Amino acid sequence: MISTALLINTVSGLTLNDLELWVGNSWVKAHGNPGSYSFEEIDVARVRLIVDLRDDLEVNLEAIPVVLSLIDQLYDLRRQLRLGRHAAVLSSFRP
Amino acid sequence: MEDPYQTLGVARDATAKQIRAAYRALAKKHHPDLNPGNAKAEETFKRVAAANELLSDPEKRGRFDRGEIEPDGTPTPPRQTYRQQAESDAGARYTRQTAGATDWNGSDFDELFGSMFNRSARPRQPQGPQQGEDAHYVLAADFLDAITGATKRLTLPGGRVLDVRVPPGATDGQTLRLRGQGGDGSFGGAQGDALIEVHFAPHSFYERHGDDLRMVVPISLREAVLGGPVEVPTPGGPVKMRIPPHSDSGTELRLRGRGVAKHGDRGPGDLYATLRVIVGAADPALDAFVAQWEPLASASPRAAMMEPK
Repeated sequence: MISTALLINTVSGLTLNDLELWVGNSWVKAHGNPGSYSFEEIDVARVRLIVDLRDDLEVNLEAIPVVLSLIDQLYDLRRQLRLGRHAAVLSSFRP
Repeated sequence: MEDPYQTLGVARDATAKQIRAAYRALAKKHHPDLNPGNAKAEETFKRVAAANELLSDPEKRGRFDRGEIEPDGTPTPPRQTYRQQAESDAGARYTRQTAGATDWNGSDFDELFGSMFNRSARPRQPQGPQQGEDAHYVLAADFLDAITGATKRLTLPGGRVLDVRVPPGATDGQTLRLRGQGGDGSFGGAQGDALIEVHFAPHSFYERHGDDLRMVVPISLREAVLGGPVEVPTPGGPVKMRIPPHSDSGTELRLRGRGVAKHGDRGPGDLYATLRVIVGAADPALDAFVAQWEPLASASPRAAMMEPK
């Protein structure tokens, strides 16, 4: 878990304004209350992803929720497939 | 480590703007979060990001150009991609699914894979011959193709051409099987089949009922009263049909054997023609004739409707 200030220092191109907006829009989840947020490792990685999308991939802000939604669905599926692969391997050992 | 200028594909005297543009173009293509599971894209992205890291910083770029540092002389901490997080169990934090839908278990997957591949999810023995996959296509045919039978040419996406024999009596949505025209078998297995779903367009005046056809045949007032032979269309070509004198609208005449062609042990169907009397455009001579005409039987044709029930 890291604090807002540390996160802003770690990720270049990220401002406090961005972060508050993104948490407010549910693009990123955070623990705590406005002004004293703390972030999990996955939240940090997601913030980096949004910065990449905005700054390097030039995705405009209106499109970012669409991109995030598609990415989330893709990873849902991939997590399920990974679970399913385990289940399939396990079931192949059943008598 | 390779030359960062080559990695980004820019000249040694490229401006900061050109370097930025080159990096953006490559990042769009190779970003690991947009290419999950593609290890090569991730590797390329790391090299591109490292090259950009070096060249986008004027100070580092200057030191590199003067030979003061190696391309890999500025190790950047390995970057945690979103993918590493999102694919792990931690990714459930951003799931789009509603509660309940995530309750997957092993038997769900047995079912899923079983239905996807039409076999159990257990690892199969690769040694045995495997028949090729069946290929599925859709064919649009004319109404009459199902009546007389026809051979239709189907051009496949790959440019291959299949001649599909549509048998008489085929029904809309029926699947025809062409043996050996599907995917290649493996380990000496037979080729799969091509499964072709045929659909027939409706006809402008024939209607199909099983093996029989129905149509409405308009006739003139003279033909209705006096009867006589009229020429009518049938799927096999026009034929002469004899209309009995005094035929009313709605009279049904049967043209034997003029329906769906003989197929298998089912004899040919019939074509039923329902007459419809057409009075036609205004004709003063007809008006004058009917006005002075005294019908022999003066009962109203609607008498049956007027009887109290």
